[in-house]
Amino acid sequence: MKKPEKISASRRGFLKGAAASAAAGAAALVSHPEPAPAQQRPRNGSATPNPTTLASETGAPVGEESDSRIIEHPGSDFMVDVLHSLNIEYCASNPGSTFDGLHESLINYGDNKMPEFLTCCHEESAVAMCHGYAKIEGKPMMALIHGTVGLQHASMAIYNAYADRVPIYMVVGSHADAAVRGSGVASYHSANDMGALVRDFTKWDDSPQSLGAFGETAVRAYKFAMTPPMGPVLVVATHETQIDPIRQNNLKVPRLVMTSPPSGDSSAVAEAARMLAAAERPMIIEQRAVRTPNGHKLLVELAETLQAPVNSQERQSFPNRHPLAGNGGPGYQPDVTLCLEVSDATATARNARARGAKTINISTIDLFMKSNIQDFMHYASDLDLDIGADAEATLPALIEACKKLITGDRKRAIEERGVKIAAAHKQARARAIEQAAIGWDASPISLARICAELWPMIEKEDWSLVSWQGFISGWPGRLWNFDKPYQYIGGQGAGGIGYNAPASVGAALANKKHGRLSINIQCDGDLNYAPGVLWTAAHHKIPLLTIMHNNRGYHAEVMILERRASQRNRGQDRCHIGTKLWEPEINYAKMAETYGLYGQGPITDPKDLAPALKRGLERVKKGEPALIDVVTQPR
Amino acid sequence: MSRIAFVLILGAAAAYAQGNAGSGKDLYMKFNCYACHGFSGQNGSGARLVPMKLTQQAFTDFVHKGRGGMPPYSAKVIPDAQLADVYAYIKTLPDLTPAAKSIPALNEILSQN
Repeated sequence: MKKPEKISASRRGFLKGAAASAAAGAAALVSHPEPAPAQQRPRNGSATPNPTTLASETGAPVGEESDSRIIEHPGSDFMVDVLHSLNIEYCASNPGSTFDGLHESLINYGDNKMPEFLTCCHEESAVAMCHGYAKIEGKPMMALIHGTVGLQHASMAIYNAYADRVPIYMVVGSHADAAVRGSGVASYHSANDMGALVRDFTKWDDSPQSLGAFGETAVRAYKFAMTPPMGPVLVVATHETQIDPIRQNNLKVPRLVMTSPPSGDSSAVAEAARMLAAAERPMIIEQRAVRTPNGHKLLVELAETLQAPVNSQERQSFPNRHPLAGNGGPGYQPDVTLCLEVSDATATARNARARGAKTINISTIDLFMKSNIQDFMHYASDLDLDIGADAEATLPALIEACKKLITGDRKRAIEERGVKIAAAHKQARARAIEQAAIGWDASPISLARICAELWPMIEKEDWSLVSWQGFISGWPGRLWNFDKPYQYIGGQGAGGIGYNAPASVGAALANKKHGRLSINIQCDGDLNYAPGVLWTAAHHKIPLLTIMHNNRGYHAEVMILERRASQRNRGQDRCHIGTKLWEPEINYAKMAETYGLYGQGPITDPKDLAPALKRGLERVKKGEPALIDVVTQPR
Repeated sequence: MSRIAFVLILGAAAAYAQGNAGSGKDLYMKFNCYACHGFSGQNGSGARLVPMKLTQQAFTDFVHKGRGGMPPYSAKVIPDAQLADVYAYIKTLPDLTPAAKSIPALNEILSQN
């Protein structure tokens, strides 16, 4: 960082002048109480804004000569140097005056590169984009967030990422010094303890009060975010630190030293290997264990070593057409179950103990937990072996230990088990495909048909499903061939709806540089939380095919409400109230066109589906987002 | 046939009278049957209703008592006469399910390893 050459006015000195000028303006208004001429008054009839209000809304200084305002080396330039050192590719943001200094430095001093600024229409969209991006790229991107109001907008998306153990790098602005900040918005957008607004569901936050402290905090925040269990982190960039000139001569960007993830204790890993190698019917349940492409390979290696079925419950962690994918088939009752980063192993362990079976758990859950939000779920008192460690980091030692134990006759017995599991897998797959034919010609269109018709169009591409399968009955998982870790990113984390649309855009952004084709099967209820993210996708030319699962409602809630009405012996004929999105029906193709995307639909006749999908794909392959509105069966 | 048995049969016939499919269509939507069984009676997370394999009596009992994932809807909330209409409507719904092997997209997926 170069030493400042010229600093014409200190921020505090300037603000004293501004306050004096504003006071003079206020006195003038008092001495001339006549209303302003009608043509100068706003249409709502309120008074013309006074100089202080104007200054707070526009950022314009009050009563200051232009030649004394220049700050050539503001603190936010150093902040950009620090952020640049972290190799953060993108900064998703909805603009706000608490970070105007950093915003300006990012686009001018930083030349809008590393990170590149992405214009978002809602802070929840910005953070959820980071969520989707991280699940593809394996590292965080940045969300730059307005103080208090923006952070509260962002909070739902932060919570989802926290529960999903996904790293997100957040910087939030705040006018920290009450002596110099203005009244009104500057005060409304500031807080004594900004991090407290989201502390229940961030991994770490800090409010550095100087540039030197900012550097240390900013680098450390990245390190914390990326150390398993990963999570969102928040750095408060005070407005004063952004705006004031750099005064410190020895500022340095701290070096990033990453922390290696914790692997399991060697004796505990050896015990786990003994239990698994001796098991007659082992089972692996995986939820968030695979963090890297290597983790994907390791899980396959462990499964094949043990010839154990793998029930992969969240992201794309295990190839779905691998003969060991699934539950081992009907009647396969595991005698030893290995849970890998499963958020709640309680029921698995309890059921296992009831039938005399054993359960092993490898998880980082016990290494980091907070108190308020109940995402720690239940206490798994029936576990037989609980290893506090990162599962992926523990897999190499576990695989090696298992291989040493599985030799000769034992190996042959295990291979015979694998043959039976593979046969059960094949039967289950055939059944799933048969089921896809049910209601094939129905209108509204079946979700199975959407996925089946799309598959031949994408199977030879380098594709990535960037939406959750939970509300579409898992049809892609039943019909498509998932064999790469980036081909499916899982769901919201905490079940917060409104995640999918922005997360899919963020994931598609990460896929863009790899030339991958991103597919989003998008629920209508989710899109309506913050549809402005469609504009962000169009504006930043993010290729993404969005296919609407337009069942015209919050369908899960329809079914839940019906069940409750049934329990109370009341009619379910009013369960559409508060749950349906019809009368009027929403036209998503027009919505897409309004936001600058190619839009098609509504598609109601199944014969029109394939041609519409093909047209949408053609646009996406040209490098733009497209949306096909398909009116669908409920599930 | 005894007099008592004759009365029972008459009673059963009265309870499970043939419904009106036109009314049943509206009731199928009104009672949100589509939510789990699809607009087609065969798409969704609930049981496949087309082709209907239950008798009207079994269908009525099933709806009133519920089983598995099907919540019970008593005669108080869906009277038998209205269930008869729903049953009649479901019987009119076409089976829209060809064999998977006759669908090129599914046949191709079936052939993949």
